[in-house]
Amino acid sequence: MSTPYAKLPGWVEYGLIPLINLAVAFLVAGLVVLLVGENPLEAAYHLINGAFGRGEYLGFTLYYATTFIFTGLAVAVAFHAGLFNIGGEGQAYVGGIGVALACLWLDQTMPWYVVFPLAILGSAFFGAAWAFLPGWLQAKRGSHIVITTIMFNFIASSLMVYLLTRVLKPLGSMAPQTRTFAEGGQLPKLDWLLAIFGLDVGTAPFNVSFLLALVAALCVWLLIWRTKLGYEMRTMGHSPSAARYAGMSESRITVITMMISGGLAGMMALNPIMGEQARMQLDFVQGAGFVGIAVALMGRSHPAGIIPAAVLFGMLYQGGAEISFEMPSISRDMIVIIQGLVILFAGALENMFRPAITRLFAMQSRRAAVVAQTKGA
Amino acid sequence: MDFFHVIVVLLESTIRVSVPLIFAALAGLFTERAGVFDIGLEGKMLGAAFAAGAVAAVTQSVWMGLLAAILISIALSLVHGYASITQRGNQIVSGVAINFIVAGSTVILGEAWFRQGGRTPALGEGSRFQTITFPFADSVREIPILGPIYSDLLSGHFLLTYVAFAMVPISWWILYRTRFGLRLRAVGENPGAVDTAGISVIWLRYRAVICCGILCGFAGAYLSLAMTAGFVKGMTAGKGYIALAALIFAKWRPFNIMLACLLFGFLDALAIRLQGNPLPLIGQVPVQLMQALPYILTVILLAGFIGKAIPPKAGGVPYVKER
Repeated sequence: MSTPYAKLPGWVEYGLIPLINLAVAFLVAGLVVLLVGENPLEAAYHLINGAFGRGEYLGFTLYYATTFIFTGLAVAVAFHAGLFNIGGEGQAYVGGIGVALACLWLDQTMPWYVVFPLAILGSAFFGAAWAFLPGWLQAKRGSHIVITTIMFNFIASSLMVYLLTRVLKPLGSMAPQTRTFAEGGQLPKLDWLLAIFGLDVGTAPFNVSFLLALVAALCVWLLIWRTKLGYEMRTMGHSPSAARYAGMSESRITVITMMISGGLAGMMALNPIMGEQARMQLDFVQGAGFVGIAVALMGRSHPAGIIPAAVLFGMLYQGGAEISFEMPSISRDMIVIIQGLVILFAGALENMFRPAITRLFAMQSRRAAVVAQTKGA
Repeated sequence: MDFFHVIVVLLESTIRVSVPLIFAALAGLFTERAGVFDIGLEGKMLGAAFAAGAVAAVTQSVWMGLLAAILISIALSLVHGYASITQRGNQIVSGVAINFIVAGSTVILGEAWFRQGGRTPALGEGSRFQTITFPFADSVREIPILGPIYSDLLSGHFLLTYVAFAMVPISWWILYRTRFGLRLRAVGENPGAVDTAGISVIWLRYRAVICCGILCGFAGAYLSLAMTAGFVKGMTAGKGYIALAALIFAKWRPFNIMLACLLFGFLDALAIRLQGNPLPLIGQVPVQLMQALPYILTVILLAGFIGKAIPPKAGGVPYVKER
């Protein structure tokens, strides 16, 4: 069993298998809903309706999706190089410093389109800096990246509590957050984008960073499949020894990959800080870094898969809020369960249904061959 | 004398907070030594704590609570085992998944069954562990130095506390002095060799995962049946990850694990103690720094600046038998 699984057609590999895994995850989630004594179908209805039923709902769904595109891309880039960056949470959190500094510096004097590029650079810089150390430690000192990034999540959390309660908080304020940014620190909404489809965005904080997320997805695609660095990353991901034999520097790729990954995770901070709250608060990341793992696994680490997967999770977050409103016994923690189940079935158990499907296809192609043969005779 | 008293109190709370860390880190020791990485310690502990709280509240029996904790924890371990041993999935992904599933479902189920905002009902006297007072603890307290150590530091803990400390030599004995332990360590270093000797790698790893489940069950039960009276949502609060850090910090050795857990527990106890009190010479230390210290220390250790932490060689790699 050196080559355990036969090659399947593309639509099965990238379409059918993820869908089956997703369906199983939702079936199990449905069982939990049953266990709580509610009707899963009713919950599903509220989920869909709450996510897409109105322009405002859709706006919220896409707002969450924006966040998840960034964190999903972050995890995916690292996956391509065979690295598991579990520290998106911490990198996004620290990335917030870059956004906050840019906004606090210029928000009162400059318009948003001047502040925004600086905030992008700031968030990417701080996110990348927070990922640099784990990457460097893995490359030069051989410490396991998974463990160091987990530790860095906790260190980031302590650091940010310290900064928000001691340094960035305005004088005389009790709440651990920065001051509210002026106009220049707030991103314009994308109401016109939804208005094209005749939808009203309402109070949803669907903003310009969504477009940035799409650009980032395109850039990641270009990077991974159209550049030398991307080729080296994929080579290292498939076979580190092959990369070494080809003269690629493992440590250089590791460090650069981690910094790109951290930068993408850091850019996630733009969306909640400049797009919604207009200030940096404690725990603004709210687990988005971990959702990125699920998104990257669902999307098979390809930008074209990550965007729909991010929208799916955006739907879960927004629709989940509606479910908890309509069915009080199902709180938003239901999303956490579904997230876990998606990670389990699309990630750890991704090969569970593969043997059966492979057998099915092998049988079919054999039958087709037999038919062709009898026709020929 | 006052200073001495402070030290005793500090050490006493160190012991109290280290117990779940010791259980969980020893749990991780068994799986990781068998070559299965487990970052799902947190989830298993939380699931066990919930099961213990819920069952003890319903049955009014602390033992049923403990049993439920162990069973749930084993069940979660087996999910991890199925994903990472049988299905040869990514062990880290599986651990992350378990953490999420448990974090969500304990709240949802707790709210549905007890309607107390994700808590389980507060447990009465009979349905939680009581502290054990050693004989003569009260009468010898007046003896200087030894008295407080005996009656405050050694006596007056929960049964599970003593079990935790007893588990350290027991785990050492199992891992280093039994045939099972030898094979378990071998399967984490070179599963191919174990397989060649005609021993099932799969079954060995499953047994290691079950051992992990049992110990995580104890850790969870300690949280909800001894340390507090009942389950509170998210009550592990990252202890599973600290245990993981302690496991690495201890370089995957039982007695070092105990010391690492005590050290991290001490930092925790000190952080609480120092809240608002400046240290002599250093001055005010931010609480956040104290909280982050276990993680910082682990990173420094992992980087090889304090000796070298070498993980089991086959850790994280699913075993594929060549056919």
